[in-house]
Amino acid sequence: MAGYILKRLLSAIPVLLGISIIVFLIMAMIPGDPATAILGSYATPENVEKLNRDLGLDKPLVQRYFIWLGNMLQGDFGRSFSLNRPVIDEVLERFNGTLVLAGTSFVICSFLGVAAGVVSAARQYGLADKLITFVVLLGISIPSFFLGMMMILIFAVNLQWFPVSGMWPIYGDRDFAALISHLTLPALALATVATGVIARLSRSAMLEVLRQDFIRTARAKGVHERGVIWRHALRAAMVSIIPVLGIQAGFVLSGAVYIEIVFQWPGVGRMLVDAILTRDILLVQGGVVFVAACYVMFNIAVDVAQSLLDPRIKT
Amino acid sequence: MTLTDLTRRTLMASTAALALGLGAVPAAMAQTPEDVLIVGQIAEPKALDPAAVTAVNDFRILMNVFDGLVRYRDGTLEVEPALATDWTISDDGTVYTFDLREGVSFHDGTPFNAEAVVFNFERMLNEDHPYHDTGPFPLAFFFSAVESVEALDETTVEFTLNAPYAPFLSNLAYPTGLIVSPASVETHGEEVGRNPVGTGPFTFVEWRSNEAVVVEDNPDYWDGAPGLEAVVFRPITDANTRTAEMLAGGIDLMVEVPPVALSEFQGDAFTVHEQAGPHVWFLILNAKEGPFADKRVRQAANYAVNKEAIVNDVLEGTAEVASGPTPPAFAWAHNPDLDPYPHDPDRARELLAEAGAEGAELTFYVTEGGSGMLDPVAMGTAIQADLEAVGFDVTIETYEWNTFLGEVNPGLEGKADMAQMAWMTNDPDTLPFLTLRSEAFPDQGGFNSGYYSNPEVDELLEAARVETDQEERARLYREMQTIVQEDAPWVFVANWKQNAVTSERVEGFSLQPSFFLLLDDVSKD
Repeated sequence: MAGYILKRLLSAIPVLLGISIIVFLIMAMIPGDPATAILGSYATPENVEKLNRDLGLDKPLVQRYFIWLGNMLQGDFGRSFSLNRPVIDEVLERFNGTLVLAGTSFVICSFLGVAAGVVSAARQYGLADKLITFVVLLGISIPSFFLGMMMILIFAVNLQWFPVSGMWPIYGDRDFAALISHLTLPALALATVATGVIARLSRSAMLEVLRQDFIRTARAKGVHERGVIWRHALRAAMVSIIPVLGIQAGFVLSGAVYIEIVFQWPGVGRMLVDAILTRDILLVQGGVVFVAACYVMFNIAVDVAQSLLDPRIKT
Repeated sequence: MTLTDLTRRTLMASTAALALGLGAVPAAMAQTPEDVLIVGQIAEPKALDPAAVTAVNDFRILMNVFDGLVRYRDGTLEVEPALATDWTISDDGTVYTFDLREGVSFHDGTPFNAEAVVFNFERMLNEDHPYHDTGPFPLAFFFSAVESVEALDETTVEFTLNAPYAPFLSNLAYPTGLIVSPASVETHGEEVGRNPVGTGPFTFVEWRSNEAVVVEDNPDYWDGAPGLEAVVFRPITDANTRTAEMLAGGIDLMVEVPPVALSEFQGDAFTVHEQAGPHVWFLILNAKEGPFADKRVRQAANYAVNKEAIVNDVLEGTAEVASGPTPPAFAWAHNPDLDPYPHDPDRARELLAEAGAEGAELTFYVTEGGSGMLDPVAMGTAIQADLEAVGFDVTIETYEWNTFLGEVNPGLEGKADMAQMAWMTNDPDTLPFLTLRSEAFPDQGGFNSGYYSNPEVDELLEAARVETDQEERARLYREMQTIVQEDAPWVFVANWKQNAVTSERVEGFSLQPSFFLLLDDVSKD
């Protein structure tokens, strides 16, 4: 097992190197340089050249790449031009924000989605099924940023149940209750689409299982209907539901960008968008490499866990 | 039952369920505290080091923490004493001697004196200064005329310029000229941008990244203690979210209200403030080649565009029609006798027929948005329709802002016939000097991307730059405006009115033509 983990970790190195080269080249190739972005109206060729020199962007491309890579290997991601602080501080802080938001959304959409799917399947073509199907399709069809704006209008501006934006109160304690009140709207807005997708797929997975012989056997031997659905059928259906949850986890993480913008949530997605617009090269590069490294590590952890659980997967 | 009804009901149900499930139904949001002003800013500040930043968004904070040697008098763009109480200018206009205010201390307790002034300018301008590496200082060229800065004694400082340069005082009033505590630069090094120490009405307290910058009152401020206990600057990038925060009472003052949201703030609970600033929105016309090489065609374009419709309908009244290259906010230098080109499609057609340019094909560069560009895509489309109505054939090419600058600044030759542009400046010299002189062609380091050239204008601008008598300078600028309007190197479109909204609890607030946000006279109950 230790050999397998080591092998997987070593195989991650070329992946990350590849990502670092790609993101570096993209940032080098996009039109508009950081000096122009900083100077705006005052970007005379002379001023741009001087500022590029001050920013260390006048060196040849290959040299710049290796300087960046060398510094990064020593843990130095450089300083952000636009925020004037170390890239790694900003990325870690922002990544934490995204994890809180996307993690909560993921929990919400998993539970609500699976529950809605199971109820739908158990009452196929009944009133509950029709109602849930209608609501779920509505949820899938609404773009999350629009939903977020509507939620702000209704629950924050009109009803004033929740704050409009941000992650923490400007004044007052930064306690759990404060976080929940700031988190509720964005997490729900983000979870809505994923909940719908999970509910639809859970429903069909459940319907397939409910037609199988062992369900009829369970019913025949007198198991209570609730036990049949939640204990026997759902357990069997989970095999095909779990991969869907995995896909939706990625969806929630990437969909967080829109929600972060609408709710002014301090997450990594919004950071990257802002950084691209201001041509903050080091922040984009550092952010992308960091997020990519996290994805790679997460995947390795999943594979390792699966191989531990399922002996059929070769190590 | 409409779709929205259903959505709302569904959402309410699920939200209520979740809130109950977590056992946390928050009470109505608390009001913002007394005497603390919460300002909704448009973005996270880049840095709070005046020498290192370029964005109006950062200036809004800086002007409340720092002072310069001079400042703009309330409601104008004319300079008055600040940290300097008085100054003299040598007859040849190259030596400025400032008497400094006595007994002023930085927020860290160190004294403000002539040495501190020298330190600030040396740091920015002298590449060998030990703290020059705390930059870069992108706007240092504002002071590129400065040859030396010397402390004559504790309270006298002398600037020597390499040539007369009339905008010098005005540039000193700009944020780039604000005075930073030398001790704070020595202590914090390159982190000084996150630890600002000045002499201003408010003292920096903390900067919580992506959340807030907090400043509190400086009771010892030389110009009288401010009326607020503290100010919190919150970055809220999305204009709709900023509007929602204002409506919900999460902020007390909101800047840059989107035109379409202004109607939300009618009524007694809010006050909408407006102030025209030193801003011009125009179309650069390629005077070197193609149809716009002919002056009559350039004038035709000015007659063809319905500026009234753009400022009233597209911009919802948040701008005024521009008459020439100098905005009215520069009251002393603006030529009030010039009327904007009227919207006269028939006159435009006549001029086109005279020039034999009917059906001329035009390539029009439009940006998606950028500093001071207002609503460029909608404005571009309206302009395209107006030009086509008189017989031009206009093709729009749209670019993201930084890409756009990369295309336009090097010049339009061989690429386009016209391009959108907007400038905000602090002195009437800056814009025409950088964009309308023959020596400001892009290959000579200027921004004359449309290659306009008129020796008379060149002469007037050169003369105005070295003229230290303000009235004579004004006369030169007025004459320049008359000629430029007639020559029509641009289509003069709009002067933006900056806006802001305050809640009814805020008193004593007014916007400045400089577009800075000055809060020392504001109070809140």
